[in-house]
This record gives sequence, C-alpha cells and structure tokens, in this order.
Amino acid sequence: MDRVKRTLAPYLLVLPGGLWLVVFFAVPMATMVSLSLQEGDVVNGFVFTGHWQNYVESLADYQTQLIRSLVYGAVTSFVLIVLAFPVAYWIAFYGGRRKATYLFLILLPFFVSFVLRTISWRMLLTDDGVLLHPLKEAGILPGDFQVLGSATAVIAGLVYSFLPFMVLPIYVALERIDPRVVEAARDLYASPVSSFTKVIFPLALPGVFAGVLMTFVPASSDYVNSELLGSSETTMIGQVIQSKFLSNSDYPSASALSFTLMAVLLVGIFVYARALGTEDVMKVAAR
Amino acid sequence: MTTPPSTPAAHPAIEFAGVRKDYISHGEAVPAVKSLDLAIGQGEFFSLLGPSGCGKTTTMRMIAGFEEPTAGKVFLDGKDVTGVAPNKRDVNMVFQSYALFPHLTVQQNVAFGLERRKIAKDEIKRRVGEMLEIVSLTGMERRQPKEMSGGQQQRVALARALVNHPRALLLDEPLGALDLKLRQQMQIELKRIQREVGITFVYVTHDQGEALTMSDRIAVMNGGLIEQLGSPRDIYERPATRFVAGFIGTSNIIDGNVSWSDQGYAVLDKGPGERVVVPVPGGVAVGRNIEVSIRPEKIDLHRTIPAEVTGSLLSGVVSEVVYHGTSTNYTVVTSAGTDFVVFDQNAHDAEDVASRGERVFLTWAPQHSYPIGV
Ligand SMILES: Nc1ncnc2c1ncn2[C@@H]1O[C@H](COP(=O)(O)OP(=O)(O)O)[C@@H](O)[C@H]1O
Ligand SMILES: [Mg+2]
Repeated sequence: MDRVKRTLAPYLLVLPGGLWLVVFFAVPMATMVSLSLQEGDVVNGFVFTGHWQNYVESLADYQTQLIRSLVYGAVTSFVLIVLAFPVAYWIAFYGGRRKATYLFLILLPFFVSFVLRTISWRMLLTDDGVLLHPLKEAGILPGDFQVLGSATAVIAGLVYSFLPFMVLPIYVALERIDPRVVEAARDLYASPVSSFTKVIFPLALPGVFAGVLMTFVPASSDYVNSELLGSSETTMIGQVIQSKFLSNSDYPSASALSFTLMAVLLVGIFVYARALGTEDVMKVAAR
Repeated sequence: MTTPPSTPAAHPAIEFAGVRKDYISHGEAVPAVKSLDLAIGQGEFFSLLGPSGCGKTTTMRMIAGFEEPTAGKVFLDGKDVTGVAPNKRDVNMVFQSYALFPHLTVQQNVAFGLERRKIAKDEIKRRVGEMLEIVSLTGMERRQPKEMSGGQQQRVALARALVNHPRALLLDEPLGALDLKLRQQMQIELKRIQREVGITFVYVTHDQGEALTMSDRIAVMNGGLIEQLGSPRDIYERPATRFVAGFIGTSNIIDGNVSWSDQGYAVLDKGPGERVVVPVPGGVAVGRNIEVSIRPEKIDLHRTIPAEVTGSLLSGVVSEVVYHGTSTNYTVVTSAGTDFVVFDQNAHDAEDVASRGERVFLTWAPQHSYPIGV
C-alpha cells in the first residue's frame, strides 16, 4: 500500500499543474493550429480546409514587421546586457548589506501597471516634453527634433520594460561567484581587466544567457511599446497580430502569424543555444 | 645547514617590519595583527600556528597583497611591496577552499598563471605536464574541478600555484577540509614537494601536530601577536609563554615561590618532602613566583615512594585513567593543588601502573622542568 502511494505521489503532485497546462495551454494551441488552417470570415463563419496558404500569404504580407520585431528584440537584449551588467555587478560585489534594497529598487517600477509606465515614457519623450523642451530651448537640439515615433523611442521603451529580467539573472550568476576565485585570478597574475574577462564574465555567462532568453522573446513579440511610443514606421509583428485578431477579425492569418513568430523564435533560441555551447544551456538548466 | 641556493640569498624571502593591521568594522578599528616583525628565510618551511582568529590569515593576505598593512612595511626578497597589487607580487597562494576556476579544466587551471605572464605556448604545455606529474594528476588534464575529489582538487590548487615557480608559496590551512588519513598523506606529500622544488613555504595552520611535523620554524600567534618563534623542538620543549605551553601539545603548569636557588637550579618547595626542581641558567631570586611547565610524557608514575629522587617529586591521587593504545594517560590531583597529566608508554607494562583513587608519586628529572618566561 505504502509502495503504491510512493510510486503514485509524484504523479499526483504533478496533476494540478499538468491539468492546468493541458486546459489553458495545449487546448488553445490546438484550437489556434486549427484556426490557422481555416478559411472564411466572421459573418459567414470559418471552416477548416487545411488552407496552409494562410502561412505563406501572411508571411509575404508582413515579413517587414516580423524582421523588424526580431531586430528590435535583438537590439533590446544587447542594450540590456550593456546596461544591466554593470548594475548587477555593482549590486553583487559592492551592495554590502543593502543588496536586497537595491534589487527591490530595480523592481519598484513594476509595481505600476506597464501601460501606465509606457504612457509616462510617451510624456517624457514627446516633442515639447520635459526632456526635449529644455534641450531645444538651450539650442542643443534643433527645434524640429523628434524622438517619439522613432525606432529609438520604441527600443528605449522595450529596454526600460525588460530591465529587471536582465539584471536579476546576471545578478544571481555574479552573486554565486566565490570571491576567493576572483582573488585566485589576481594572485595568478591577472590584472583587474583580465580577471574580469577570464573569470568573472565567463562565470556570469549563464546569467547573461538566461537574461537574453527572458528578454528577447517577450521584446520581439511586444505590441504595447510600439503602439504607444512608435509610429507606422515601427509597427511590430505583435501589433499586426493584435489588430488582426481584435479589429479585423481575421483569425486564420492572425493565428498563422502567431505560429510563424513562435517558430522563428524557437529556431532563433535553438541556434543561439548551439552557438553558445550546450554546456552553458545545461548550466542554466541545472541552476 | 643547507647549501645556499644558486643566487646568494642576501635578503630574506619575506619580511615584515613593524606591521599592524586594523579592520574597520562598524566604523571602529579592530586590530587583527597588532605588531609583526618577522623574517622568513629563502627555502624555509615556515608555519604560522595559532588558534582561530589570531591573525594568521590576515598575515598571509598581507604577503599576497589582498590586504594592506595599516602601518609598517612588507618586503619580498628585500623589495618593499607595500601597496603593490597582488598580480604584481611573485608569490602564489593555495586557498583553504582551493578556489579553483570552476569553468576551466585542470589543464587550464594550472596554465592560468603562466598564460597571464605570456609564457610561450609549448613551454606552458611542458611545465603544466611536469607539474601535474609532481602532484600525481597526470591523465586528469581534461577534468573539470567539480569532477574531482577533495584531495585531487587540493593537488590542482597546489600545482596551479607551484607551476609559476613563485618566490614563496602561501598555504592557508590547505589540508583543513580533508579527512585525517588523507591529511596525513598530504602532509608527507607537501613536505616532499617542498624539498623537491626548494621554494619558501609559508604554512598557516591551527593544527599543532601538523606544524610540528612539517616546519623548519614555527611562529606561534595569539591575539595578533607572535608569542614565540623557533624550531618545532624549541617550541615544544621550551615554550616561552604559558599560552604556548598550553597550545602546543599538553603541558602541566605549576607555579610557586622559589625557596632555594643556586648553581643554575631553583627549587619550589611543595610540602613535606615534595618539590619541583627547575634549571634556571640565568639564576633567579629566592622568594620570586615562577611558573614551570612539564610535558606529561617526561613524568614517571610510582605506587610507592622511590628510594632515591634526584629531581622533582610530587604526590597525589589518580582521578582518571584513559587507555590510548600506545600509552595510558593518568590525571593526578596532586597534594600541591594542581592537576597533572601523565602519559605512560605501554611498552613494558601490560597492566595499568595505578588505578583510580590510588595514591601515587610523580617524579621527573630536573632538565624536564621548564621555567616559563624566566
Ligand atoms: N575582512 C574583515 N573585516 C573585519 N574583521 C576581520 C576581517 N577579516 C578578519 N577579521 C578579524 O580579524 C581577526 C583575525 O582574523 P584572521 O586573520 O582571519 O584570523 P585566523 O586566520 O588566525 O583565524 C579576527 O578577529 C577576525 O574576526
Ligand atoms: Mg584563517
């Protein structure tokens, strides 16, 4: 009896979460796959015809937005590494007893709704807003200078939105480094710079990897930042999918685009993982 | 003693001149090393021995350059290195936790220092191979540290430091994490390696047995100061302070007023017929209170009062008998008021000499009494 209980226990434990996944992930996924292969319109209804051309057509129509999204996502992740690494480094090595406080400060903006936060950025970047107005007055910037509506504004918004998702994993990786190991590098004739490049950075790499994973995917499929801070020149694939679903009721091509995006991201991550070496991926997985 | 190395050793390998080190803790200066004047010779196996918190690690970290003295200077090979960065000092450290680079293989760990110093690739390969042979790790070049046992990691740490041929190797309780058997094996191994490479070893330990067996000289530290500096024999046989006598092995310490002093000997009267005879080459004034240390293995235990006693004699009652295999340890409450510990070798006696509660007599030769600080 006890043995039966013990063999069953793990399955029972996984049951609630498993059911949740089946109901709220697998079922909608299957529905979406089916939707992406249907034809028709809202008025007359959709029928499943295995119309795979939905994929070809939507990709042909929106490849610009898709590529743009991936580029924005990649640039965002890159800028985030550059910005987040020093912050995480400082907190991990110089935070002293206040580490928890600093991490909390990094998370603090996230207690405000992200739509509100993005709207505030809009006010910040607007043509005669708090940021640009004084600079224009002072003659540092030309009078017709604009940020809002540009790729810069969208990427700035994305970077801001996902900062903690890069800081936290890098911080965790740095925090795990035994300070003696860094001292050992210095003891073995490494200058401060080479003890960083040869020891600290390689040991933090799994954190960087996790950070890229956690920022590149949501940044590439984001639709809020471009909607509020961008223009028609910055339209991202997320916006296209959103408007097809909610405004145009073109469910099949919206679904087809969603799957295309998903496939591209999965392939991208796979290639990225292979390029970095499976070793590091395993390390992230093991932690 | 030994033949001088190829370059005449004009300077000690390591020298501390008037060094003090305070840590700032909660805005207050806490002294870790109070006053240190010390010269460690070329090729010497030198141990810093003392209880936890006495300043051993701090002393070692000042040699490596991880801490700077609050006052005073540190010299390596006669050159003032105070304020010089750790990577510019020609000494290497073996950390207690080994601190191996977890992302590098054994080969890469050992090659790290040579690569930083831009040594040619094929020479690095040769030297790493040689060093791995010395520490018996040949064939493990491609392993990651986490795939190795504690003892093997210890050898990697040693090889990683020694391969650079530093002027001195600093070892901070390097065997602390190993179990007893492995520790004893590594003690012999370390001593062999030190002889083989001829590099100065500075060895930090709180294990007196380890320090006594391995060192050429030992500095016994306590509370940020050196209590005594000398050869293992000096320190064991002639402890300079009560602390050293107590810290190194077991000592019986008895004090009393000098009742008679002549020709380099003093006698402490301890009741009718009982006395402690102690050599005091410099002489000592009658009436002065002195402390005398006696090692437990130097004392003879008798059930009847011996006919002829040339040295010290005390009587007492056995309060504890502990059998240790090679010896039996007796605790005796003496009539003089001090507890004495006596180690009796089990070479001849198949039975215990005395049992609990029995009245016994302790005797020892004059030269086995050692006056502390006289
Ligand atoms: N970084 C530090 N900050 C404050 N106090 C320290 C620091 N390192 C050591 N100490 C204190 O200095 C004293 C000596 O420490 P240490 O040199 O590590 O002793 P040992 O190695 O002999 O155990 C101890 O009282 C310890 O608490
Ligand atoms: Mg220590």
